[in-house]
Amino acid sequence: MWVIFQKEFAGYLHSLIAYMVIGVFLTAIGLLMWVFPDTSVLDYGYADMGTLFSTGPYVLLFLIPGITMRSFAEEKRMGTMELLLTKPLTDWQLVFGKFMAAWALVAVALAPTLIYYYSVYQLGSPTGNVDTAGVMGSYVGLFLLSAVFCSAGMLASSFTVNQIVAFMMAAFLCFLLYTGFDSLSALPLSTRFAWVLKQVGIVYHYESLSRGLIDSRDVVYFVSMTGVLLMATKTSISSRQW
Amino acid sequence: MSLEVVNLTKVYGAQKAIEDVSFTLRKGEIAGFLGPNGAGKSTTMKIATGYVPPSQGQVRVNGMDVVRQRQQVKQTIGYLPEHNPLYTDMYVHEYLEFSGRLYGLKGASLRQRIAEMIELCGLPREQNKKIESLSKGYRQRVGLAQALLHDPSVLILDEPTTGLDPNQIFEIRKLIKEVSRNKTVIFSSHIMQEVQALCDRVIVINRGKIVADDLLARVLQRGQAVQTLLVEWASAVAVKDLESLNGVASVSENAPGAYVIVSQPGSDARQPIMQFTQAHGLTLLSLRQEENSLESVFKQLTRVEA
Repeated sequence: MWVIFQKEFAGYLHSLIAYMVIGVFLTAIGLLMWVFPDTSVLDYGYADMGTLFSTGPYVLLFLIPGITMRSFAEEKRMGTMELLLTKPLTDWQLVFGKFMAAWALVAVALAPTLIYYYSVYQLGSPTGNVDTAGVMGSYVGLFLLSAVFCSAGMLASSFTVNQIVAFMMAAFLCFLLYTGFDSLSALPLSTRFAWVLKQVGIVYHYESLSRGLIDSRDVVYFVSMTGVLLMATKTSISSRQW
Repeated sequence: MSLEVVNLTKVYGAQKAIEDVSFTLRKGEIAGFLGPNGAGKSTTMKIATGYVPPSQGQVRVNGMDVVRQRQQVKQTIGYLPEHNPLYTDMYVHEYLEFSGRLYGLKGASLRQRIAEMIELCGLPREQNKKIESLSKGYRQRVGLAQALLHDPSVLILDEPTTGLDPNQIFEIRKLIKEVSRNKTVIFSSHIMQEVQALCDRVIVINRGKIVADDLLARVLQRGQAVQTLLVEWASAVAVKDLESLNGVASVSENAPGAYVIVSQPGSDARQPIMQFTQAHGLTLLSLRQEENSLESVFKQLTRVEA
């Protein structure tokens, strides 16, 4: 698994994808947080990082499918999938190695935003008047959310040999998981299941974490959602055996 | 037995890709797996490497079942897939290192193995290039180096020389011959000369079934090859007279006095031609036999039954 992780991560670094992802993410978030007046912290007047955590998921919704779209689609198109699967490597190791590499890349893109926390911390009046617990909870939420997005992207990529198709499927799946279920629960048709539907979506748990309390139920939700998606990916990879 | 294929059947949808295929290879043996395109060569090889499971039957590599002991089997097999897929954006060295580490090689022993393979496969000048910049012949060498890196006891090569120019084919054949000394090797091909150049044993498959599995010489014998003779006399001869000779199937005239004579399967037309020459007091200028017996046997064995 470690070997696959290294190969994938090196692949991101070699192929500009990593720089694109980090560059685009930081530019978008930086502009939204500090420059555009509608969402800027400076104009808002409160020492708060809400902008990062409310717009971050939407930026990731497009970026992560871009990272993961080639993971299996490209291997299948090039025929290297056959090469990998005839090596002494289990399907799980392959899926997990690739997932970890994508997630690690997102983590690297997220890490520099910790500087924003420092800035906001210094801007607070008095200095340090920030809801630190809320920010840290939100970071945990964002990090776990990107794990779900990465595994959804892996799943989409395992279905097709076409990267564009993989990207669109992944973006849609991420969107559905993020706000889709939340919106569905608001439909008058589904009042009986509204509570359940709401909890299937990511938003419910993400917001809960952002309040600064790391509730094990939310963590379990993110971990199991990632697990289910990776399991589906593994099943999709193994389906050649049927 | 190094490689045992027992009653292997693979069904894709309603179509049988291979049906009841069985053969065994002893340790150290090298065999050619011959058949026209779409005969089931690749399918058999994919099953043998554990990439796809059989519908029925089983494959054992060094006594281990490829379905139940897949991971152990993969460790002992070196595989070069058809079309030789490679990570073209990797460097040769990087790719071999990645491959070796997947087999659990590391550190000094991995470096030493890579150095040996680069030497063996003739890649010293290419080792620091990107794979995408290599010619097809060199890519094939990288593919072979990858298949040999972990010193497998069974080597499975799917059409290792397809798409190469004659010089490259010669080089790759030499390489296969060199590495096959203490390994069990099966390689597929649709060219009979290839088998002849590399080994004695040939397994012929057609439409998913084994049609011959024997020494090449014996397959040729049994195949009742057709002779094509180029005969030239000093003066013209009546085609009708030639056609009436024993063992002659057809005659065509190239020029007055020069004829192409095709024998009936399994019979030698040379003797009757000599007798005919003497009986009519003719002067024979030349009698030459075309070496096309390989193709004709291949055609016979893999004929699509109507």
